[in-house]
Amino acid sequence: MYDIKSYINATSIEAAVSALAANPNAMIIAGGSDVLIRIRDGKKPQAELVCIRNIPELVGVTETTTGLRIGPATPFSKIAANELVKKYIPILAEGVSQVGGPQVRNVGTVGGNVSNGATSGDSAPSLFALNAKLELVSPEGKRVVAIADFYKGPGKVDFKPAELLTAILIDKSDYQGYRGQYIKYSIRKAMDISTLGVCAWCKLDGTKIADLRIAMGVAAPTPIRSRKAEAAAIGQEYSSELIAKIADIAVSEGKPRTSWRASREFRLQLIHELVTRAVAEAVRRAGGKI
Amino acid sequence: MEQKITFTINGEEKSLYVDIRESLLEVVRDRLELTGTKHGCGVGECGACTVLINGEAFDSCIYMAVWADGKDIRTIEGESCGEKLSVVQTAFLEEGAVQCGFCTPGFIMTTTALTESGREFSRDDIKRELAGNMCRCTGYQNIANAAEKALQTAKECCGENCCGKH
Amino acid sequence: MSVIGKSYKRQDGFAKVTGRARYVDDIPVNGLLHAKVFRSPIANGRVLSIDTAAAKALPGVVGVFTYEDAPTHSFPTAGHPWSLDVHHQDIADRRILNDRVRYVGDEIAVVIAKDEYTAERGVDLITAEYEEYPVLLTPEAALADGAAEIHAGTKNVVGSFAINIGEFAEADKQSKHHFQAKFTVPVVQHCAMENHSAYAYIDENSKITVVSSTQIPYITRRIVGQALGIAWGKVRLIKPFVGGGFGSKQDSVLEALVAFCTQKLCGRPVRLQFTREETFVSTRTRHAMNMYLETGVTDDGILAARKFDVHALNGAYASHGQSICSKTMTTYAMLYGPKTGCAYNAKGTTVYTNMPVAGAMRGYGAPQAVFAVESHMEDIARELQLDPIEFRLKNITELGWVSPTGIKVRSIGLKECILKGRELIKWDERKAQYANQSGNIRRGLGMAAFAYATGVFPISVEVEAARIMMNDDGSMQLQIGATEIGQGSDTAFAQMAAETIGVPFEYIYVVSHQDTDVTPLGLGSYASRQSYSTGLAVRKAAEEIRAKVIKYAAANWNLQEGEVDVVDGWIMSNGKQIVSLAELALHSHCNNKTAAPISADVSHNPDGNPTAYGATFVDLEVDIALGKVTIKDIINIHDSGKILNPQLAEGQVHGGMSMGIGYALYEQLLIDAKGHVLNENLLDYKLMTFPDTPDLKASFVETYDPAAPYGNKSLGEPPTVSPAAAIRNAILDATNVAFNSLPITPQKMIEGFTAAGLITPKEAN
Repeated sequence: MYDIKSYINATSIEAAVSALAANPNAMIIAGGSDVLIRIRDGKKPQAELVCIRNIPELVGVTETTTGLRIGPATPFSKIAANELVKKYIPILAEGVSQVGGPQVRNVGTVGGNVSNGATSGDSAPSLFALNAKLELVSPEGKRVVAIADFYKGPGKVDFKPAELLTAILIDKSDYQGYRGQYIKYSIRKAMDISTLGVCAWCKLDGTKIADLRIAMGVAAPTPIRSRKAEAAAIGQEYSSELIAKIADIAVSEGKPRTSWRASREFRLQLIHELVTRAVAEAVRRAGGKI
Repeated sequence: MEQKITFTINGEEKSLYVDIRESLLEVVRDRLELTGTKHGCGVGECGACTVLINGEAFDSCIYMAVWADGKDIRTIEGESCGEKLSVVQTAFLEEGAVQCGFCTPGFIMTTTALTESGREFSRDDIKRELAGNMCRCTGYQNIANAAEKALQTAKECCGENCCGKH
Repeated sequence: MSVIGKSYKRQDGFAKVTGRARYVDDIPVNGLLHAKVFRSPIANGRVLSIDTAAAKALPGVVGVFTYEDAPTHSFPTAGHPWSLDVHHQDIADRRILNDRVRYVGDEIAVVIAKDEYTAERGVDLITAEYEEYPVLLTPEAALADGAAEIHAGTKNVVGSFAINIGEFAEADKQSKHHFQAKFTVPVVQHCAMENHSAYAYIDENSKITVVSSTQIPYITRRIVGQALGIAWGKVRLIKPFVGGGFGSKQDSVLEALVAFCTQKLCGRPVRLQFTREETFVSTRTRHAMNMYLETGVTDDGILAARKFDVHALNGAYASHGQSICSKTMTTYAMLYGPKTGCAYNAKGTTVYTNMPVAGAMRGYGAPQAVFAVESHMEDIARELQLDPIEFRLKNITELGWVSPTGIKVRSIGLKECILKGRELIKWDERKAQYANQSGNIRRGLGMAAFAYATGVFPISVEVEAARIMMNDDGSMQLQIGATEIGQGSDTAFAQMAAETIGVPFEYIYVVSHQDTDVTPLGLGSYASRQSYSTGLAVRKAAEEIRAKVIKYAAANWNLQEGEVDVVDGWIMSNGKQIVSLAELALHSHCNNKTAAPISADVSHNPDGNPTAYGATFVDLEVDIALGKVTIKDIINIHDSGKILNPQLAEGQVHGGMSMGIGYALYEQLLIDAKGHVLNENLLDYKLMTFPDTPDLKASFVETYDPAAPYGNKSLGEPPTVSPAAAIRNAILDATNVAFNSLPITPQKMIEGFTAAGLITPKEAN
């Protein structure tokens, strides 16, 4: 049995937020693939849970006038299979379909992946590349923040007291005309944590790169964008030489750490190689010939 | 703290009070005495505890029992009737996909969801779809063969004289 | 042979695909209590004080026991048969609960409660103070002068052993070429899908009864008796279905503790179910080893002088002692049986360290040896520009060779295995194709050969028993002490009995569960020995049944004994069906004048140990920049004598190969400087998942060993032995970079390729 003290099944955003406001120790649970494991490990003794999996507004992907609205309590497998996601932002499908294994993807949610703040989260590089915005609701009201501003450090995100993630928003301008690739590098092909993740998201203008976004997971304590590499690419004719230059710059922007899972040097090599491969593939998918 | 939940288990409706601390695995094994579902890691890594919830494969060890309310749950015990095995069980037996047998119920449940999905799967797809179930005995070789065979049999069956259950 | 050699479906298959097979945790027990262990957070030290008051006061806690409550004598845990020779007895260095703690996870106290949750909370409430000693994690540290002793009086040496055939320096004078190398292998874990678990109670005969997921019920009965200090016959061991063992359950890990718990609680039933984390840290592992090789080769490519020095890291307790390291040393000799004049000087030392305890694991020291030896052979062949296959064929063991322990080779298909592998992998064609590669993606071919014994004779006793009872319809129960743990031994035994008696396979029911109060004696599942050793007993029992059937038929159907045969369940005489076995069986049970139910209860003590042989061939691709290996084709070819059941045999090969591939590329238990295991879970311990595992191919070269019951030799462990070296050699073939330390992880490859100039180091600003 899990060491759980209390459990509230919230059925609306308001109910969830007021449950959080009423109890500063309360924790959100949606899929449980992260929270339950932390409880089992003894990291959250006497957990007081507020469950949001049964709040209809938090589940599913919808197209709005401005873009896409992704319910944070949507399981990975539903995101991966969603027609809007596959059509407009396939890099997110590519990311979340590499989380854990099929059973975990049926239960784990994209909102949970963002909320736990891990640099290794498989949705993060794609969401960073998409300039995702997060809609957050607390007793103080609603606010929208850029995803890059939400990650504060390893495992740390910018939740205000009693705040709930209610939507992940992607603007049309961030996906119309773009194509790309997410590459997860892990030791195993499934059931594994990312050693390094790279997402390249590209828009072409003929033989020129109109826009390029490169986002990386595990290249630093939080997911990062490789802004200098992007700047060096935008407006240039795409070529293998350009990509090699981009990869060198991306390496210089990486700040990977040595841990028992992988050394800094190993991760730098992966940044170089994965950026090279992801950008080339993004160019190809955007219609370029390289 | 207890909550009453109502669900179907292998086709039979049940209502019972569960502790909020319990996992679905604990309810299935300890309360319903369906011990075919195994505990291998407790953290959703090995897949030995896989059950079908509304037709999809879940690790029951990391699924809170209270979430089962209103759900249709299937375990290995519901897949055979007397001597009659399901298509997937038959394929596992015939292809030598079973050794120690501890991972077998989980593999059979995940494979069953594939056979019922109506989708087609290449051998690589099968490997990816079964990636959440670990096995130390077989090197997965005969499990891949069994899953291929079960999918083929289910497909042929559904084509004409479908038995209605795989 | 009509039943042997056919792919009958496993006898327990139906129970396993339907979920009816009951493993130890599936058996309902009235009034069951649950135990949880309070474990040492430090790797080396002593408990100065312990406070269990809060745990005892927790509602639902039934008992809390510490090292102060447990017997103070030590006992051995290894799954070896007991030896009457005191020098061959296992080292007794274990206590049920300890104040002197020797690894992170050592058992200090136990909490027993009404449920697992309460027991866990009880453990959380125990506090202790410790005196800490330096943490010793390498042979160098443990063997250093003045190093603190993990076990008093041992100098941290568990055991040592030497093999001296000839004298290296003398023999080396014939050599023209000299080679030296060092190879290291990591700690790995068995990862049986079923964790270790057992429960215990006192039965109606006042016996301490332990129901356990074990490979060795009889041996464990003795160990529990020793641990509790009671007569062995006062202990009863029951083995239900077992969810994999691979050697980790060829050791008594938790049975003594759970038996102690029930003893303390007046016989109330207590379960101790390990978590996955406990299974990783506090059961058994495979020995990490450092291996040093020195070899002299003549101008003709013949091994003339060999040295092999091994340091095996045993962890905190002796478990199997020196015997695994010794097996590492003998494996070299068995594969390349020294020719006349060739010296083989081997020296092995097993060392105590403050790490999880190493014990038996599939291959028992041979995977380590073959990784070193077959990597070394590859390097020598390359250096001397010899064809690596021809070089091996020149030096492999030959028929008639006698091992250092006196085992004569009476069947060997090693050469044929190697030649078959060469053919199946298209060695010559692909070698030519892969010559002169450049670029990031490169292919490589590799192979490695092995030799593996079948059993433990003459080091240990091999005795096994079998009992067959004929029912009144002619069907029969076969009981053996040998344990089915997934390998399919029960099915093979049923085939053996059916073959010898002359009945269809379906006539034989094997009682799969062992109960030491009921089951005939058996030593258990280890050393790939059961189909050989128990097989001899099964054959003997079956021969007795057959003889009794013939005698009964002759007496009651007026036949000449010499003319009676039993074929396919019928009594035959002069080619004619006389009476069915069913009718005869009923007669033997119910005829009020002649009734004499037919049964046999025999034992056999084998005096042989045939060697199995084989090889792995692999074709793989290396993505240099990513440090990724993709196996394109891999095949194991085995000489395991006569193959009893091809489908089950292939299954054994697949599983062993997969474990061998994991050993080569993925698996390693990581231990930090303070002795904490970092990756004691299936996320961070890289057990291969389905998509990581390539398609696996198995092939056989069938020989017939005259000492075996049906020509068969070992197969359970052999498939694990050679894949790692073959993969290492193929990576070398592809990239020209030699990796002498397992596992060959992506990071290690990136480092190696960078050092070799295949990759330019990347530096961030």
